This record gives sequence, structure tokens and C-alpha cells, in this order.
Amino acid sequence: MAYDCTDTAAFKGVWVFCEQREGKLMPTDFELISEARKLADELGCELSGLLLGENVEGIAKELGGYGADKVLVCDSPLLKDYTTDAYTKVICDVIHEYKPEVFLIGATNIGRDLGPRCAARLHTGLTADATHLDIDTAKYMDFLRTSSTIDVDSQKFNMEDRNLKMTRPAFGGHLMATIICPRFRPQMSTVRPGVMKKSAFDAAKAEACQIVKPAFELTEADCKTKVLSIEKAAKKMVDLIGADVVVSVGRGISKDPQAGIKLAEELAAELGGVVGASRAVVDSGWISSDHQVGQTGKTVHPKIYVALGISGAIQHVAGMQDSEMIIAVNKNDMAPIFGVADYGICGDLFKVVPQLIASIKAAKAAE
Amino acid sequence: MKAIVCVKQVPDTSGKVAVNENGTLDRASMATITNPDDLAAVEAALRLKDQTGCEVVVVTMGPPPAEGMLRELIARGADRAVLVSGREFGGSDTFATSQILAAAINKIGVEKGDVVFCGRQAIDGDTAQVGPQIAEKLHLPQITYVADVKVEDGVVTAKRMLEDGFMMIQAETPCLLTCVKELNEPRYMSVGGIFECYSKPMDVFDYNALKDDPLIEVDTIGLKGSPTNVFKSFTPPQKGAGTMLEGDDVAAQMAGILAAKHLI
Amino acid sequence: MDFTLSKEQLMVQKMYREFAQNEVKPLAAEVDEQERYPEETVAKMAKLGMMGIYFPKKYGGAGADVLSYAMAVEELSKVCGTTGVIVSAHTSLCAAPIFENGTEEQKMKYLPKLCSGEWVGAFGLTEPGAGTDAQGQQTTAVDMGDYWLLNGSKIFITNAGYANVFIIIAVTGTVVNKKGRKVKEISAFIVERTDEGFSVGKHEKKMGIRGSSTCELIMEDCKIPKDRLLGVKGKGFQVAMKTLDGGRIGIASQALGIAQGALDETVAYVKERKQFGRSIAQFQNTQFELAEMKARVEAARLLVYRAAMKKQAAMEGSKEHYTVEAAEAKLIAARTASDVTRRCLQLFGGYGYTRDYPIERMMRDAKITEIYEGTSEVQMMVISGDLLK
Repeated sequence: MAYDCTDTAAFKGVWVFCEQREGKLMPTDFELISEARKLADELGCELSGLLLGENVEGIAKELGGYGADKVLVCDSPLLKDYTTDAYTKVICDVIHEYKPEVFLIGATNIGRDLGPRCAARLHTGLTADATHLDIDTAKYMDFLRTSSTIDVDSQKFNMEDRNLKMTRPAFGGHLMATIICPRFRPQMSTVRPGVMKKSAFDAAKAEACQIVKPAFELTEADCKTKVLSIEKAAKKMVDLIGADVVVSVGRGISKDPQAGIKLAEELAAELGGVVGASRAVVDSGWISSDHQVGQTGKTVHPKIYVALGISGAIQHVAGMQDSEMIIAVNKNDMAPIFGVADYGICGDLFKVVPQLIASIKAAKAAE
Repeated sequence: MKAIVCVKQVPDTSGKVAVNENGTLDRASMATITNPDDLAAVEAALRLKDQTGCEVVVVTMGPPPAEGMLRELIARGADRAVLVSGREFGGSDTFATSQILAAAINKIGVEKGDVVFCGRQAIDGDTAQVGPQIAEKLHLPQITYVADVKVEDGVVTAKRMLEDGFMMIQAETPCLLTCVKELNEPRYMSVGGIFECYSKPMDVFDYNALKDDPLIEVDTIGLKGSPTNVFKSFTPPQKGAGTMLEGDDVAAQMAGILAAKHLI
Repeated sequence: MDFTLSKEQLMVQKMYREFAQNEVKPLAAEVDEQERYPEETVAKMAKLGMMGIYFPKKYGGAGADVLSYAMAVEELSKVCGTTGVIVSAHTSLCAAPIFENGTEEQKMKYLPKLCSGEWVGAFGLTEPGAGTDAQGQQTTAVDMGDYWLLNGSKIFITNAGYANVFIIIAVTGTVVNKKGRKVKEISAFIVERTDEGFSVGKHEKKMGIRGSSTCELIMEDCKIPKDRLLGVKGKGFQVAMKTLDGGRIGIASQALGIAQGALDETVAYVKERKQFGRSIAQFQNTQFELAEMKARVEAARLLVYRAAMKKQAAMEGSKEHYTVEAAEAKLIAARTASDVTRRCLQLFGGYGYTRDYPIERMMRDAKITEIYEGTSEVQMMVISGDLLK
């Protein structure tokens, strides 16, 4: 049957592109599978992972442990490392064959390269960097009640609407938009890493996960770019997303940046966390960009987020507002950060932080 | 040899942004600027011009006031500009926008030796989709997140950023690159460039100019041509106020709270 | 009277502001503290065409206009008085006299390199014994047949330590004037740093514009080729006065920029600073002081821009004189700068007296604008001379 991207009824199933690098699945794959499991349940259909690589069949079943019913594995030496052309061709050919209704991709640097190319080739819509996904309209309305200023009950909603509602930040985080793709399939979205919650691993489900190996054609001539090398950054990058505690510094350290960073490191060490930074600190060259938290940095939701000398401009807040506990230290009692902090201390961080470190040490010793 | 740069005029979302009572953004409260990633793309093209003497063409899809931005880019060193503007193009999502820009680039002409530069993403839409979608429609190889680039003998070698490192990728021209802000320091407009910029050529491509391109159909442009629609837009609510700790022993108080919650 | 700036002028103002914020402001405190001439900034400005803003493309200039030049000095001076005067002295006191009085050969030899910033320019009129009494010149230039021999010294010369080209005013003889009195014959010359017998002497330690290179020039049997005479022999004083008319527009722009910069810093500070439970911006004294100062600065701006536009018209052949307008602009702008910076520092209170804030530097920088390129008293002489003739 010919492929018609507007024949919405012909498309079934929720698919998640599972990115691997150097033979290892990316953490965001598990987050996405967990989230997509809920969507598949609401739609009453199967959840499949889509995995491309060389000799990667062995890592596929783990995806079943988070909720995938099956994993389609496309194996080829030409797929070992990501190239736009090879991955786009294989994925689009397989989608033409299987026609999933929903196709999600983790918004990593690679995901954001791949997603638009596929959506263009498939002639369908793509939402970028979604932070929230809904099928069920009632659940979406609940989401709006807690996360927006919209008076939900005074608006009309079609309760039968089964389109994927993809919510994402725009305008630097000042605006949230829910996007739909009603006339074309698959409904595609890249999803922001570090936002969706990974469910508990179920070993039995992993064992039961089906591996499918669809046929595909791929030759060297299909790849128009050549990967010369893949290199890790010389310095070990900080893992902000996985940290339980993040202690961030902002412009408030400017009178002695290195001392400020050192204090943050000490406090982070006491709390078992890592050091983050606002964009101003990174732009000033006081710390490397892998520490940046915010709209153009990383989004984190640790158990504790400590903001030292950070004013709380929305671009920064966008990257940490879902932290479980936010503690802010700032000289200016009118700083916007105090509007999002659970606990605020108005004072000079160079005085307060050493006191905090001492108090925490004392509290620990007392236990 | 040409370097074609796609640029967008955007509201400055990094400054003060006011929200209307009905929850929509007050666009008038924001200054308009050239998208920062696009400035890096323009600078990359200008450096290629410094090196090779190629022609730099800047293209934007936007309303007539976008001409001011194009003139500024000419003042920085671009040789000519194209403004793609028409009622029919309004309401386009990224799919439709890339369709129109691809048609415009076809009209400008892309051949061996040419490079198309885009910024990685715009600070209003934040999608990072238009660049790769243009590449798909023009059947060009793409390299995204470019932080360093060399062009020699019709071959592009680029450093493509990953979260924790990078890939060195090579592609033959013509190809499309999306650039990140970190790629370079954009140069300023020069005084001489400013005083000449209104005498350099600027073409306006309206619907009539592009309608014969196979990419342009009634159902591939504008609102009709957009597979995605905005279902709802809203501003996130302000988080409830927390507690300001007061007194001489704030540090001890905080440590006490952390201990009580078993966080230390 | 059309007060609107053209599209190009608005663009160039935008560029100057970005450049000043990103490239000049971060260095301003250090330039002042270390008395450092900001060579790297001069190189950047040169690349953008800021060292030859209003000269025609034919001579390597940017082909803009005098108002665009005045705005450049203004925007630079808002954040750094030193950087503003570097551009002003180079443009108005060295490149301009060559453009206005030079032979085609001289213009083609010097202007492209001055406009590109490859060479920096300076102007030597003032001597230890000849300040306001400029005619008290003692530097001599003797015609030796196939070269000129210069002897004498100049002091307080801006850009001296870094300049390659100097316009030097010297006495070439005596003549009898219309009233039958013997007066000095004064002529203008182009001297290059590498000329035999020319050296740069003592570097002045100053109250303000401390990064500006202000030095003595020493000519001891300084030999320069015959083709270095600038303009007509004996007309050197007129060359100097006409040069200063243009220079006054530059200094008036510098003063205007310093005043505006002080106001901008103060407006930001008073909104932040709290006393008695509220920001000091809420006190009427603060509000009235700022309002009155702003009105004065706007008035100064109009005088400066008017003078610049008149000079532009004169350059385009309108036969207009702008001497009086330039004098009025400098008189008012300089006094406004001194007054505004002093009053702004008062609004800063104790913090303003410390070097943590830029306002004390602005106050120190402002003072010189009332003195160099013709003291305020000289400006009043010019204005009254025209008024009462």
C-alpha cells in the first residue's frame, strides 16, 4: 500500500528512537520509554523502541524493562556512528513500512539533528524539545490547571480528542506552547532530556521484550558526510543532570570569582553534589560551559538546588525551577530568585556560605 | 563561490519580557534583534569571504521591517540581501518556513563550492528545525552544531559539538551548516559599511517570485502548509513564595531544616 | 530644523554603543588606574573605520559625515574619556588639517594611513610660554634651502607617545602687518616621528584622561623636507585656528559624552541604593537634580550636533562658518560636564568617592574639557568677538 502521511487511521503504535553512542544506550532513552509507555497505554497500542547501530542487538532488551513491548533493531557497520543521511534513510524507510502513529526522539544534539530531517522527509510535523506529553484530554486539562494561568474550566475541550498534545517552552522559557499535529502522521516530537521520569526497571518485562529486525537497504553511497573522528572533551564534563544536589554560582561571585567557585565546591562536597553556574558566569569565562544551568544550558531537577549570587532571571529559572528544594543566597532582597526559592537568605554569599558549610558539618556530626 | 546565510529577526527574549493580562506575550515590550546563532552563521560566512573572496548573500523570511536587519548585515560585510516576504507565507510553522526558504535558495542558486549557513536555533521558536529541513528539501548534506569550520577545495571540514565532546565531520559542497553562538565572535558593522549598505542590492521575493518552484504549493506554505498548529499557549504560573530566613543564625537554621528532611 | 538622525546615523550610533559597551567600558578603569593608552582598542576602532569617519573614501576615510564622527566621540566618552579624546585629537587635529589644507600629494601620502589607523596623529601648537597666548610661539622653522630646520618644544600634546604624524606650528620669520607693526610670520608643518632631531619627551601625570598619552615634543635641529609645509607659508596661525574650530566640536562631543555617561550611571545607582527604607530615586532632591542635569545635557547635545552639522555643510561647500557654533558648543558642553559629574558624584555619596564606581573618574576626566583646545575663556573671547563686532 502506498505511504500516505495524511491517512491518519492507517498509523498505529508508539515508537521511541533509542540513541546509542559507542554501543551504550543514552540515559534519556529510558526516560522516554517510561513516558511513552503511558502514552501507548492511553492509546491502547504497542510501544516499540527503534535502535540503530552495529552489533547492538545485545543492549536492546534493557529497553523492555522500562516498558517497551518490542525493539526494532537495525544493524549495520554503516550505522555504528551517527550520520544524518544513514540514520534518516533507515528510519524513514522503516517508518514507511510500519507506520507508527507517534514517533519520539530524545532531544540530544544528535536527536535535534535527526528529528527535523526525518520529519521533512516524512512530510509530517515535528515539535521540538517537548517537556510534557499528553494523549488523554482530561489529563491534559489537569496539567493545565497546575502548570498554567489558564482558567481551564471556562474553556471548551474536545474530550474525545486523541491527538498527541506536545507542550514545550518557547521565547526563552517565557512562554509554554502546546503543539498538535492533527492532519499528518507520525506525530513527531523531540523530547528534552532530564525531564521525563524513568520508571522502575522490571527484569521480567525486559526478558519478555521482543526483538524485531526489519529489513532495510543502506549503502556507502547513501552517506553524504564522513565522520573523521569522535573525541571526548579533554576535561571531564560535569554531570549536572544526574546529580542529586547542584550548587550554582552567579554574578554575585564577581568580586572574587575563583574564591566564589571554591566556596560552591566546598558546599557541594558537603551536600554530595556538583557545581553549576548561571550563563553570566560562563560568559565571563570563570567556569566552563558544561556547568551552565538554564534555558540555553542544562535543565536539572535535583533534590536540592542552591543558588548563590544568582538574580533569578527567567532564563536561569527555566533550567532549575522543578528542583525539589531551592535555596537562594543573594545580597538583594528583591532578587527574583527569592520568588522561586523555598528558602531564602539575604546576605553576602562570601559570608553566608562558610557559615552554612560550618553549620552543615556540625549538624552531620551531631547525628 | 557563494556563502548563503539564513537569518531571522527575533524579539530579544533575554531581556525584559512583559506578559499581557490574557497570558500572551507582550511582543512590543521586547526589542528586535538578529538571532544570536544567526550572527555566528553570518560571521562564519564573512570569514569564508575574507579567506576566499566568495560572495555572501543573506536571506530572511519576514515582514518588510526585516530590511533593517538585512542592511545591518550588509554593513558587517555581506554583499547582498534577499527579503522573502508575502502575505501567503504568514502563519508558517518550521516545515512550511523551510519549504519557502528552500525555494528562495533555489532561486538564488546553489552549486558546487557554495555553502549554506544557518544558525542552530532561534531564540523565539527555539526549535532548531528550519536548518536541517532546508537541507532535506535541497538534498544537501547537513552538519549541525558547528563550532569550527574550514572550507578547502570544495570540501567542508567541521567540528560538530556533542554534549561531552565533538565529532569531526567532512562533507562536500554544496552543503548546509548550522552554527552555534560559540563558533565565533561576530564582527561589528563598520562605519564605511553602514554608509554604503543602502546602496547594495536587496531583492524582495514575494509569492509571485517563488510560486513556480515545485516546493511552493498552496498546501505547503503558510498556515495551510503547516503540519503543526499551536493548540494552546500559556505562561507558566509564578511559584508560590518561599520562606526568607532571618536572624544571625540563618546558616544554622538552614542546616537544621536540611537535617530534619534527612537531606544531609 | 530637522532633529531626526538618518538611517545610517542611527545604525552607526547603534554600532558605537555596542562597541563602547563591549570593548571600551571593560577597560576604562584599568586604563585610568594604570595610565595606559589602550592600543588594542585603537586597533579595533581602526578596523571599523573609526579613525577616519568623515573623510571621503578617496582618501581612505569611511565616507560618513561630521555628525557621525561627533557621535563616535560622544559614545566612546560616555564610558571612557581617554578613548574619546584619542579619536578626537587624531581626527580633528591631525587628519582634518591635512584634508583641509594639504596638497593632493600630502593628502594621498598621509590620509589613507591616518584613516586606516596605521598611523596615529597629533597636533603641536601649545608651548611652555604659549597657551592661550598662542601667538607667543617660540618654535622656529628656518628655510635652509632644501629642507626646513625646526627648533623648539611643544607641551601637553595629546597622543604624542603613540603618534606617527604631528602638525607643528612654528615661526618662520617676521612680517610687517597692515598697521605697520612687525609681527611673527607663523606657518604649519607636517612632522613625522622618524624625522631627524625630533623626539617625544616628558609624559605628563594628569588629574584625568590618564590613559591619554600627553607629552612634550622636542625639536633640536629637526630636519624636515621642504614638501612638509602645510598650506601657505605665513598662514599657519589661520590653519591652527581653523583646525581648532573643528577640534572644539570633537572636545564638545567628548564633554557631552562624559556628562551623559555620568547621568546614566547615576540613574542606575539611585534606583538600587536604599536609604530610609526606600530607593534614593524616590526622594525629590534626587529627582530634581537628575531632571535639571538631564535638561542641561540635552541642551548641550543640541549645540554640539548643530555645530557638527554646520561643519558638514561647510565641507559640502556652503560657505558657512561654524567657528562661533563650535565655541558655543564647547563652552556649554564642557561646563555642563564639570557641573553634572560633580553633582552626580554627590548623589552617589560616599561610594561615589571610591574608585569602585566610575563617577569620580568621570569628574576628573570632565575638567580638562574646560581647558584644552581653547579654554572656556578663549571660547568666550571668540563668541564675544563675533557678537560685538
